[in-house]
Amino acid sequence: MTAPWIDDTGSAALAIAVGVGVAFGAALERAGLGSARKLVGQFYGTDFTVLKVMLSAIVTAMLGAFWLTQLGVLDLARVEVPETWLVPQLVGGAVFGVGMAMAGLCPGTSCVAAASGRGDGASVLLGIFAGVLATGLGFAPLRALYDSTPRGPLILPAWLGVPYGVVVLAIVALALVAFRVAERIEARP
Amino acid sequence: MIPAARPRPYADPYVAGACLGVVLLAALVITGRGLGASGAFATTAAGLTHAIAPGHADGNPYFARYLAAPGPWRDWLLFELGGVALGGALSAWAAGRLRGAVERGPRARPPARLIVAFAGGAIMGFAAVLARGCTSGLVLTGGALLGVGAWLFMLAAFAGAYAAAPLLRRMWR
Repeated sequence: MTAPWIDDTGSAALAIAVGVGVAFGAALERAGLGSARKLVGQFYGTDFTVLKVMLSAIVTAMLGAFWLTQLGVLDLARVEVPETWLVPQLVGGAVFGVGMAMAGLCPGTSCVAAASGRGDGASVLLGIFAGVLATGLGFAPLRALYDSTPRGPLILPAWLGVPYGVVVLAIVALALVAFRVAERIEARP
Repeated sequence: MIPAARPRPYADPYVAGACLGVVLLAALVITGRGLGASGAFATTAAGLTHAIAPGHADGNPYFARYLAAPGPWRDWLLFELGGVALGGALSAWAAGRLRGAVERGPRARPPARLIVAFAGGAIMGFAAVLARGCTSGLVLTGGALLGVGAWLFMLAAFAGAYAAAPLLRRMWR
């Protein structure tokens, strides 16, 4: 049967969720991304771990999904692509970045930081919860912006009008250039 | 397994990143959905609001979707994020990195760091609601699936963080 294999919210899916989470948390911790000081090194040009880990992960999963689809193992049409909402995601992204530089962690890594004993991680965790709760409770005035510029599950190949494989190749090339630049900057005296 | 006596160095970022990519790919192949984090906070907020004021929560257009079947406490991302905490703790313990600390720059005092951390978290919480995701669900998952919004969010987040970093030197440097 073609993947994905499980699409219910039953107990089996929730058990898989815990397993996926454990592996995700362990990978983030091993990379050092449970450490806020290490993470913010990205924004001061001293430690490019964030860029290296993030782009390596994206490239690995992207190539895997692409080739499994080519081999007929995976049906990409049944995989949930996060929807595009142009303005909310551009504005939200910029605001999110400011919060990330302040917190030194993101929602996923704050869980790892808190779970490995860091008080600042727990503080970030509580802050995110407070932010989500307050935004949810005061959702009405935000709704016009939230619902603006919907584009559905739009992907780069369709948006740019180029084949899927070309975009995959371009992102691999972009990542390799970024890694090279990051290594050069880190090697500076 | 016996934990290391002294903290072990972190893994090579490319190797750790590739492992993370394999985890993400496994999630996509097995369940048809990727990783996430902020959704777990949203479903918890919806569930708690519903427990305190059910009518208010049901009438809230943002919380309503999390209250639909199978309910806020059976949300996939809630279980996944619980796993993230467990996996992070186990990994830190095995590497001798499980210890109480408040990470901050050499000039920052712990109370100031905790307040800025909370504020930064709250700003990210607001932004994740607006953008419908965060670094896990949008950047990693959407990035690997070539989502347009995911790549725009990623670029905007880096721009925002680089713009704010010079103002936060006292906290980190």
